[in-house]
Amino acid sequence: MTALIETFDLCKTYVMGEEEVRALQALTVTINEGECVAVMGPSGSGKSTFMNLVGCLDRPTSGHYRLHGEPVSEMDADQLAEARNRMIGFVFQSFNLLARTTATENVELPLMYAGVPPKERRERANAALAKVGLAQRVDHLPTQLSGGQQQRVAIARAIVNRPRLILADEPTGALDTRTSLEIMALFQELNSHGMAVVLVTHESDVAAFASRLLSFRDGKLVGDTAQKPRSAVDEIARLEAEAKVEAKVAA
Amino acid sequence: MNFLTTLRVALRALKTNLLRSILTMLGIIIGVGAVIAMIAVGSGAQERVADQIRGLGSNLIIVMSGNLSSGGVRMGGGSGWTLTEDDAAALSAEIPGVVAAPMLRGGAQVIFGNLNWSTTVYGTTMEYLDARGWALSGGRGFEAAEMTSASKVVLIGETVSKQLFGDANPVGQTIRIKKVPFEIVGLLERKGQSMGGQDQDDLVLVPITTARKRVLGSGNQAKQRAVGSLVLSIADGYDAPAAQQQMTDLLRQRHKLQGTQEDDFTIRNLSEVLQAQEASSKAMSLLLAAIASVSLLVGGIGIMNIMLVSVTERTREIGLRMAVGARPRVILNQFLIEAMVVALIGGLIGIAVGVISSYAIAAIAGWRVALSPLTIVLAVGFAAAVGVFFGYYPARKASRLSPIEALRYE
Repeated sequence: MTALIETFDLCKTYVMGEEEVRALQALTVTINEGECVAVMGPSGSGKSTFMNLVGCLDRPTSGHYRLHGEPVSEMDADQLAEARNRMIGFVFQSFNLLARTTATENVELPLMYAGVPPKERRERANAALAKVGLAQRVDHLPTQLSGGQQQRVAIARAIVNRPRLILADEPTGALDTRTSLEIMALFQELNSHGMAVVLVTHESDVAAFASRLLSFRDGKLVGDTAQKPRSAVDEIARLEAEAKVEAKVAA
Repeated sequence: MNFLTTLRVALRALKTNLLRSILTMLGIIIGVGAVIAMIAVGSGAQERVADQIRGLGSNLIIVMSGNLSSGGVRMGGGSGWTLTEDDAAALSAEIPGVVAAPMLRGGAQVIFGNLNWSTTVYGTTMEYLDARGWALSGGRGFEAAEMTSASKVVLIGETVSKQLFGDANPVGQTIRIKKVPFEIVGLLERKGQSMGGQDQDDLVLVPITTARKRVLGSGNQAKQRAVGSLVLSIADGYDAPAAQQQMTDLLRQRHKLQGTQEDDFTIRNLSEVLQAQEASSKAMSLLLAAIASVSLLVGGIGIMNIMLVSVTERTREIGLRMAVGARPRVILNQFLIEAMVVALIGGLIGIAVGVISSYAIAAIAGWRVALSPLTIVLAVGFAAAVGVFFGYYPARKASRLSPIEALRYE
């Protein structure tokens, strides 16, 4: 197994007024290619800071971070933008789709910044949408899609440039149980094809779908355990069986 | 990411907020339109004055006889003919760049066939045409022999020709002036109205010798070579004020005036009046352009205002674009291009508005307007510069956002 994320003594300190907030302290952790990791912790535990650093959105105060062997902690803003574009796909709680822009155009966005020519962009975007089950909805605007469908568009956007890592920040926070399971099933499927997934969440239900659990508290990594992941597909089957039983009882 | 893609993204964003984009453009449209129309009106006025100067002949000066005093009573200009033909010849000969012609003037009726017309007869020399920068549109000027022999030849102005001959060619015909038959040897080019609204083409020119002998006579003016006035011009490139001083000195010397005696002539420089007018119309057009520029500036501030609102409103979008790999520079370009597109499209529409309103002003107010391509290029260039200048600050603000904060922005 090759290491995808390697951090050494990673620290992040914010200065708020006169106070120094040590958001992340001396974090040393390695995540391998193809892993599915859940990052848990209450708010203020440092998990968001961890995500920002791993996602190349922020630079550490001290320490080192290598993503796929590249020294991210040494990069400037332009190089970070390029690293995000090439290696990371983001999925957010609130989807963050561009309004009044079709699904295809939303998915094309990372390819546009990667300098892919328009025709290829369109083809790849539509292929990514097909992969998340939205082949019929490529020309829909976000307002014409349900929450689950919007998150699928966001996932298509995250995978379109074939990144090594999907970084999902509370991806099911705005969705109902059934839709959440579908989204988690999608993540598990992508993961089964070798894409590393890092899920940031405060719900242990969601974290249960990962094969490894990182727990944060007060800016420190307090737990790193391997676990047998729950299968989202099985959960959906169970839900459907229950629904059938209920329908029978009602009848 | 190339320029074309950035341009497309910018156009998309503008299209998404179409009404707002158009309202923002309106400031630039009005600004550019106003600059173009105002400069057109200003330079139209300038051209009109410049044409009058050209019509007058460059640096035209008239020296009037008179200003005699007798026993302390000053008689005013024209009260006596103190100038002579020889004064004109001396001025021409001794002051470099000066052409002077003597002028006798009187009213007369000219007759051709059964048509007649009352006009002004000038008795003068060929220098008159040089001094006034007047050309012939047909025929020839006076010859030296005709001058000395007081031949009955005449040059007629356009108006006189129209009245007596209509559209026919008058050259070679014979007209009678005060019952004396004259052969028309030349037709003067059209000069149009003078500043005072006088028809400059309503005149006939005869040799001064002929005028004295047969048409105007010398009347009670005893001196045989005396004239009422001289017409002079100073050629371009000569120092007009200095030449004017030399004229005064020369005429005083020729008229044997002592140190404290008043001039017995008056020098009037007609070009000076027009030049003053030209300067004032230039000042006016500058003022108009300045006022119009203010509206362009206000339009630019409008762009900045809307771009700032747009950046704030689209903070999350900017954060997302950054998260998926847009470099700060690309974000900067996107917003800068948006501002420039607004300014440029506004500028182009502004040209149309400016040109149309210039013609409308010309048609309604009857003013002369002059559109110059340079003005149009300048106005649009200025509009684009306004776009860059006022678009830069919001664009920079957008590009400096932290992606984390931008994504979290509510």
